[in-house]
Amino acid sequence: MTETTDEQNTTIPLQKTGETPEGGSADAEPLLKVRGLVRHFPITKGLLKRQVGAVQAVDGIDFDVRPGETLGVVGESGCGKSTMGRLITRLDEPTGGSIEFQGQDITHLSPGRLRPMRRDVQMIFQDPYGSLNPRHTIGAIVSTPFRLQGVEPEGGVKKEVQRLLELVGLSPEHYNRYPHEFSGGQRQRIGIARALALKPKLVVADEPVSALDVSIQAQVVNLMDDLQEELGLTYVIIAHDLSVIRHVSDRIAVMYLGKIVELADRKALYDSPMHPYTKALLSAVPVPDPKRRTQRDRILLTGDVPSPINPPSGCRFRTRCWKATEECATTEPPLVALRTGHQVACHHPENAPAEQKDSTN
Amino acid sequence: MTDSSEDKNGAAEAADTAGAAAEAGPVAETGAAPAPAGPGKPAAFLEVRDLKVHFPTDDGLVKSVDGLTFSLEKGKTLGIVGESGSGKSVTSLAVMGLHRASRRQRSKVTMSGEIWLDGKELVGADPDEVRRLRGRQMAMIFQDPLSALHPFYTVGSQIVEAYRVHHDVDKKTARKRAIEMLDRVGIPQPDKRVDDHPHQFSGGMRQRAMIAMALVNNPELLIADEPTTALDVTVQAQILDLIRDLQKEFGSAVIIITHDLGVVAELADDLLVMYGGRCVERGPAERVFAAPQHPYTWGLLGSMPRIDRDQTDRLIPVKGSPPSLINVPSGCAFNPRCPYADVPKDNLTRTVRPELRQVDGGHFSACHMAQEERERIWTEEIAPKL
Amino acid sequence: MFSYIIRRLISAVILLLIVSAVTFGIFFLLPKMAGQTTDQLAQQYIGKAPTAADIAAVKKNLGLDKPVYEQYWEFLKGIFVGVDYKFGPDAAKCHVPCFGYSFKTHIEVWPEIQSRLPVTLSLAAGAAVLWVVSGVATGVLSALRPGSLFDRMAMGVALAGVSLPMFFTGALALALFTYQWPIFERSDYVPLMEDPLLWARTLVLPWVTLAFLYSALYARLTRAGMLETLNEDYIRTARAKGLHERKVVLRHGLRAALTPIITVFGMDLGLLLGGALITEQVFSLKGVGAFAVEAINANDLPNILGVTLLAAFFIVICNLVVDVLYAAVDPRVRLS
Repeated sequence: MTETTDEQNTTIPLQKTGETPEGGSADAEPLLKVRGLVRHFPITKGLLKRQVGAVQAVDGIDFDVRPGETLGVVGESGCGKSTMGRLITRLDEPTGGSIEFQGQDITHLSPGRLRPMRRDVQMIFQDPYGSLNPRHTIGAIVSTPFRLQGVEPEGGVKKEVQRLLELVGLSPEHYNRYPHEFSGGQRQRIGIARALALKPKLVVADEPVSALDVSIQAQVVNLMDDLQEELGLTYVIIAHDLSVIRHVSDRIAVMYLGKIVELADRKALYDSPMHPYTKALLSAVPVPDPKRRTQRDRILLTGDVPSPINPPSGCRFRTRCWKATEECATTEPPLVALRTGHQVACHHPENAPAEQKDSTN
Repeated sequence: MTDSSEDKNGAAEAADTAGAAAEAGPVAETGAAPAPAGPGKPAAFLEVRDLKVHFPTDDGLVKSVDGLTFSLEKGKTLGIVGESGSGKSVTSLAVMGLHRASRRQRSKVTMSGEIWLDGKELVGADPDEVRRLRGRQMAMIFQDPLSALHPFYTVGSQIVEAYRVHHDVDKKTARKRAIEMLDRVGIPQPDKRVDDHPHQFSGGMRQRAMIAMALVNNPELLIADEPTTALDVTVQAQILDLIRDLQKEFGSAVIIITHDLGVVAELADDLLVMYGGRCVERGPAERVFAAPQHPYTWGLLGSMPRIDRDQTDRLIPVKGSPPSLINVPSGCAFNPRCPYADVPKDNLTRTVRPELRQVDGGHFSACHMAQEERERIWTEEIAPKL
Repeated sequence: MFSYIIRRLISAVILLLIVSAVTFGIFFLLPKMAGQTTDQLAQQYIGKAPTAADIAAVKKNLGLDKPVYEQYWEFLKGIFVGVDYKFGPDAAKCHVPCFGYSFKTHIEVWPEIQSRLPVTLSLAAGAAVLWVVSGVATGVLSALRPGSLFDRMAMGVALAGVSLPMFFTGALALALFTYQWPIFERSDYVPLMEDPLLWARTLVLPWVTLAFLYSALYARLTRAGMLETLNEDYIRTARAKGLHERKVVLRHGLRAALTPIITVFGMDLGLLLGGALITEQVFSLKGVGAFAVEAINANDLPNILGVTLLAAFFIVICNLVVDVLYAAVDPRVRLS
C-alpha cells in the first residue's frame, strides 16, 4: 500500500539485551552520532522581514548515544534541550552540523527518505493530553504507526495493539475507549504504547513525567525502566528535574544556553561535578530531608539565564559564574574530556584532576 | 483525571462578586453563627477547624475539602503537601475567602467549619469584612506569576494598587513604597523596573514582584500556592531563600502549598499531607520525614527519585490514581491504593473512616493500623528501600 | 510606539491604493465587459441626442480612449491635485479631491458627497455612543451574574436585536413613535450647529434603532469576553489584594475584555461611516448611504465609485485607529 524506499530493514530484529541496560558499551558503534549540531531560529523585523538576529536555540553540540544506554539531557528552560530532541528525531531540520543514525547521515533527509528511519526512532511527549487526538479511540491511536508505515504485524493490527496495551500496563479491553476516559498517567502509557508499536531502537522522551503527579511519575519511570530491559531500548530522556534524570540515566549531558557544558557518567556527574553550572544546579535542588536544610552549602546563582538571542561572549555561563575570569569572556571553552568519560567545557573546572586539562578528546 | 480537573475548576472558580455573594448567599454561611460552636476562641494565630468546602456540579457534589483541622503560629511555616485533586489549593483559597469565585455562579459553593485568624472567625463573617483583611492581614502568591499579574498594568501600578487598597496615601507615597518593596525582594534598579510591564520581567523576577505585592502591607499570614513550580531550579532556590528571609524579617505565618516534598523540607516547620480532601498525616516536618506514619506518605517518599542518593533500585510507586472527589472511596479514602489495606481486621479500612490520632507530641496520622504495626512496616519494609 | 504607528500608516496607505485600483478597475472595466463601448460611455455624459463630434470630444476630454492604467493615473491625479475637464466649450475645474462628475446631474461627485456627510456622521457617531455604552454595560452586568434573571432576559433581548432586520425594527419604531404616539415627528435633518436640540430630536429614532442592533451584538461579545477574563489568574490576584469587587470587575476585568471589542468597534464604525444604507432609507435621511442607493439605482458610475472609495477610506482609517488604540491598551503589542 505505502511505498517504502530502499527496504534495508524489513524486519527489525529485536535487540538482544546482552548488553546491560546499565551502561551500554563504550566501544560499540554509537547508535546516534551528533556532531556540531546547530539550530538557529531567525528573527525578522520590519516591513521587509529582514533578519536581524537569531535565537541560538542549539549552538554546536556533540554527543553519541550508545546502544542500550539511557542518555539524560538536563537543563533549565531555554537551554535548547527540547529543540535538540526535535532535531535528533528529525521533527525539525538542523541549521548546521550532522546527525548520524546507525551510520546513516540523516541531517537533511527529505520527509520521504526519512520514513524508514521513523520506525526506529520514536518520541514520547510531555503533555499526555495534547498529544492524543481526543476523537480517536485508543486502538486507532496506538495503531497509527502501523498504518503510516504500512506494516502488517503478525496476527493482525488489533491483536498487536492489545499486546502493546498490556505491555504498558493497560487492559486490552481499553481498545475501544477514548483518551478522555483515562487519567494522566494512563494517557502517558498510551503515548508510550504508540511509540513502541514499531519496535523502535531509539526512544526520545521529552519531559515524559513532568506533567504527572508524584505517585504517577514513579509508575511511568518504572514502566520505562522495565521496557528498556525487556525490549533493549535506547533512551534519550530530556527533563528539567535533576532527581528524575539521576534516577533514569546512565550518562548525562548538562545543557546551558544551547551548549553542552558537561557530559559524564551518572555517578561521576553527581558525585564530582566539574562545571560550576552543574555544581550550582545540583546544589539548588531541594532535598526531602529537613535535617539537611542547615548543613547544605548551597551555591545561589544570581540573576536569570541570559537571552539565547544575545548569548554572552566566550563561556556562556560566565555572567552568573563565581569563578569567571578575563579568559572566560574572550575564549569559549571547548568540551574536552578531563577524565575518562567525563567531558566538561570550562576554563576553571571544579573537582579537576591534579594535572591540568590535557586535550585528549 | 476528571476529579482533579474538577478540583482545578473549583479552585479557579473561587471568588464571587461581593454583591452576588450577598444575594446568592451560600447555605452554610447563614447557618454558621459568629460565635463558635466548638471550644471557643483559640489561642493560635490561625486555627482551622473541621473545614469543609463543597462544590455542587452537574456530576455530583465535589468535596474538595472535607473536614480539615490545623493551626499555625506566627513566625512558623506550614507545608501542605498533596497531589492534584487533594484539596490543598481550595484550602488556601478558602482561608483567603476566595473559594467562592466562580464563573458559573449557579454552582453555589458551601463552606462550613471555622477559620480563626488572630481571634476573628472568617467562615461566618461578612464577606466585605473578609475582603478588608485580604491583602492586609493575609496575602497570597500564586503558581504562575505571568498569568497572575495583569498584563496591561505596570508592575509598579499593581503594587501601588495593593498598597492603596488598605492605606489612605497618595500615589507618590505608594510608589515610593512599591520601589522600596521591589528593592527588598531583590529586583535590580527598582526605580526603573517599577514602570515595566510584567512581560518585560523574567519568570523569577515576576515571582519576586508577586512577593513584593503580597508583602507590601506587611501581612501576618502569607499563603504561597506552588510558588516555585513554574520556575527553574536555580531560580526556585532563590525564591525559597527569599521567602525564608522575608519570613524571618516580618515574623509572619507562612503556608506553603506544594506537591514537592523537597520544597516542604526546605521551608516548613510543620507538615500536613492531604489526600482526597482530608488530612492523612500532620506533624513537625522533621518528625514526619524521619518516621512517617501513613502509607500514603510512604508512597510519596517512595515515588520520589532522590537527588542526594545514587539510587539504582526501582522507585516504589503508589498503584492506581488519585480518587475522584465526587466519589471518595468509603472508609479510608486511600484504601484502594494502599498495600496494607488488609492489615486492620474486619474490613475496617473500607467501612470506617479513620480519624486523626496522635502518634506522639504534635504528630498525627489517620490510619487504622496500630502504631506498632506502622512503625514496624516503616523501619523494616519501607525505610531500607528509600 | 512611534515606529509602530509609522508602520501601520504606511500599510494603510498601501491598502488604500490597492482598494482604489481595484475599485477603479471594476467600475471602468465592468461596462466594457458588459459590452459597452467607449462611445456609449461617453454618451452618458452628454445626455440626449448626442452628435458624433460631441461623443468624440467627450471621449478625448475625459481620456476614455486611453489605456486603463493611464486613466487610473489621471483619476489619482484628480483626487490629489484636481483636474480640468472640458465639456464642449467651457472648461470646468474639478476641485481636489476630484472624483469626477456624475453622469446624470453633471455635478461634481465630491461636493455632493460632502454635503451629505454630516448626516451620516451624526447618525453613526450618535448610534455608536449609544450602542457601546448600553451594549458593554449590559454585557458586563450579564457576565457578573450568568444565569440570573437579568442575564437571561438581556440575552433574550440581545438575540432579538441580532436577528430582527433593521427595516423591521426601524419601521416599527416609526409606526409607534411617529405615527401612533407622535413623540418624534418626522422632519428633515437639521445641522448640529444650527439647532442642537432639533438635531438630536430628529435623530433619536434612527440612533436607537441602529444602536439596538449593534448593542445586542456588543452585549453578547462583552459578556463572553468578561466571562473569560473573570476566570483569569490575575483577577484572582486582584481579589486577593482585597480590592472591592467593583474595581476588580471594571479595572481588571473590563480593561482586558475590551480589547476585542475595540477591534470590532473599529470595523463597525468604519462600515457605518461609509453609509448606513438601510437606516437612512427607512428614516428618509439624506446621508451618504442614501446617496449610494440613488447612485446605484441610476447606474451612475462616478458616484458609485466615489462612495465606494469613501467607505473604503473610512474602514482603513478606523482600522488604523484601532491598531494604535490596541497598542495603547495592550503594552505587549508595542514590542512585537
